[in-house]
Amino acid sequence: MNIIEAYDLRKEFDIRVRAGRFKRERRTVAAVAGVDLVVQRGEMLGYLGPNGAGKSTTLKMLTGVLHPSGGRVSVCGLAPVPQRTTLARRIGVVFGQRSQLWWDLPLRDSFELLRHIYRVPAAEHAARLRRCRDLLDLDAFLDIPVRQLSLGQRMRGELTAALLHGPQILFLDEPTIGLDVVSKQAVRGFLAELGAKGDTTIVLTTHDLADIERLCRRIVVIDHGRVVHDGTIEALHARYGSQRRLVAELDEVPATLPDLPGVRLESAEGGRLTFAVDRTAPIGTLVSQLTATGVLRDLSVTEPEIETVIARLYRHTPAPR
Amino acid sequence: MAERLRIYRELVRAQVRGQASYRLSFTLDLLGNLLFFGSDLLAVLVVFRQVPALGGFTLRETLVVFGLAATGFALSDLFVGNIERMKTYVRTGLLDAVLIRPLGVLGQLLALDVGVRRIGRVVYSVLLLVVALRAADVPLTPVRVLMLVLTPLCGAVFFGAFFIATSTVAFWWVESGELSSSLTYGGRDFTAYPMPVYGTWLRRLFGFTLGFGFVAYYPSLVVLGRADPLGGPAWLSWTGPAVAALAAAAAWLIWRTGVRHYRSTGS
Repeated sequence: MNIIEAYDLRKEFDIRVRAGRFKRERRTVAAVAGVDLVVQRGEMLGYLGPNGAGKSTTLKMLTGVLHPSGGRVSVCGLAPVPQRTTLARRIGVVFGQRSQLWWDLPLRDSFELLRHIYRVPAAEHAARLRRCRDLLDLDAFLDIPVRQLSLGQRMRGELTAALLHGPQILFLDEPTIGLDVVSKQAVRGFLAELGAKGDTTIVLTTHDLADIERLCRRIVVIDHGRVVHDGTIEALHARYGSQRRLVAELDEVPATLPDLPGVRLESAEGGRLTFAVDRTAPIGTLVSQLTATGVLRDLSVTEPEIETVIARLYRHTPAPR
Repeated sequence: MAERLRIYRELVRAQVRGQASYRLSFTLDLLGNLLFFGSDLLAVLVVFRQVPALGGFTLRETLVVFGLAATGFALSDLFVGNIERMKTYVRTGLLDAVLIRPLGVLGQLLALDVGVRRIGRVVYSVLLLVVALRAADVPLTPVRVLMLVLTPLCGAVFFGAFFIATSTVAFWWVESGELSSSLTYGGRDFTAYPMPVYGTWLRRLFGFTLGFGFVAYYPSLVVLGRADPLGGPAWLSWTGPAVAALAAAAAWLIWRTGVRHYRSTGS
């Protein structure tokens, strides 16, 4: 069953541009220009795109904050704007850079207030809170005012706050932005577990490729308000020939360099070799050949950055060979 | 409805608890309130050092008008005044946060930011009103007591409507807080004195067209047991609730249009 259906979703903004000293011109800008998005119940979807691509605007239309300029949209079988309050009970939203919590009160109080706002039966609320407390380690800071929490602690609080009314869909707008590695992992681990249970649909926007790789099988990439990719992350990499980068440090410059299909030497500075490696290339063979040529002191593999992939995607140019 | 009121009460209590965690700041706010209130009051007293009566009203009678107006205004400032921060709510995303919750938008914004720090003004205004009534030596009949309770409540609704309407207009269409301030605070200053003090033009604009005359002046005539020196009929004193309801309805329409505008333009 489709829990989100959007066809030809559009959002245009009128902006006023200065044209001369006192004159201002009205110009229409399309933030979302015809997005089709169908999400099934229980899916985990990564929604990607560079800044200003229209991610947040789409999310605002799906959650009933903004009225679409055109197209059809239904979320949980409801029309988001006219049925805003009904929809609000069925979705949870986390904005990475904004808080849903009460700044001056202990975290626990925010949860209690949300119980009132969403009119959740006390027993249900307590059960959900208990689960989040265990999985997100909230107990250490439940009684501390939100303003004194670290960003990572606050984000764990935000996640809990968005889930206490048992939403069918969880919308996350950059939930790991600014978090340290440990907190990022805590958040990802929690979302992975939530997604694995299969009764919560998750829509996630992020700039962090690791979030996506860990969590989402399907990604939708938009740029300039249009969908430019909808499929698995592997399909995206395959389609645009994105490459990993392998850096190896050897004791000395090897006499012979490995020659494998899909592997290209980018630079060699003394014993430090940098290879560009296709996603399909046998990276294991490359490593074993390197070990055979000399003493391998250090080795690192970096994933292609999502920004690079998306930039390439938009320009529609295949990777340089 | 009862359920909803309970939720809003919880939200207001949370805001009070939050504010209470800043004790020193709260104390300073109370003092600041006193200072502002005192300076308003001082302006009245200074005038009466020069003249024995204003438009036929003695100092004591004027203070009753002043007290009624001030109590109404302080109440609306306490519960609704924070709507002037509309710009901040949009910028910080509070408006979006409120839109994704299953409750009314205006109610949430008001309850989430209720001006606990402005409570001092309510206390000072009520105190002044009580003192002025004693000084004016007004015998309290049931009708007068009814009027004394009704007037600040209607005044609060009326000023609240002005806060909402002018802030909405100022935010979405004029992009300036000046209009909002000059109308709301200008109106408040207008209500603080008996209407005969003002010239015809001002009386017509603020008193009748904008409706500020019905907030304190006309009701005060019943309390003081006086006829209108301007020759208005006695029933004018009882139009406060109707005028407040009208203002509230107009403000609600303007607010709804404003929010609709936000949801279609995102700003």
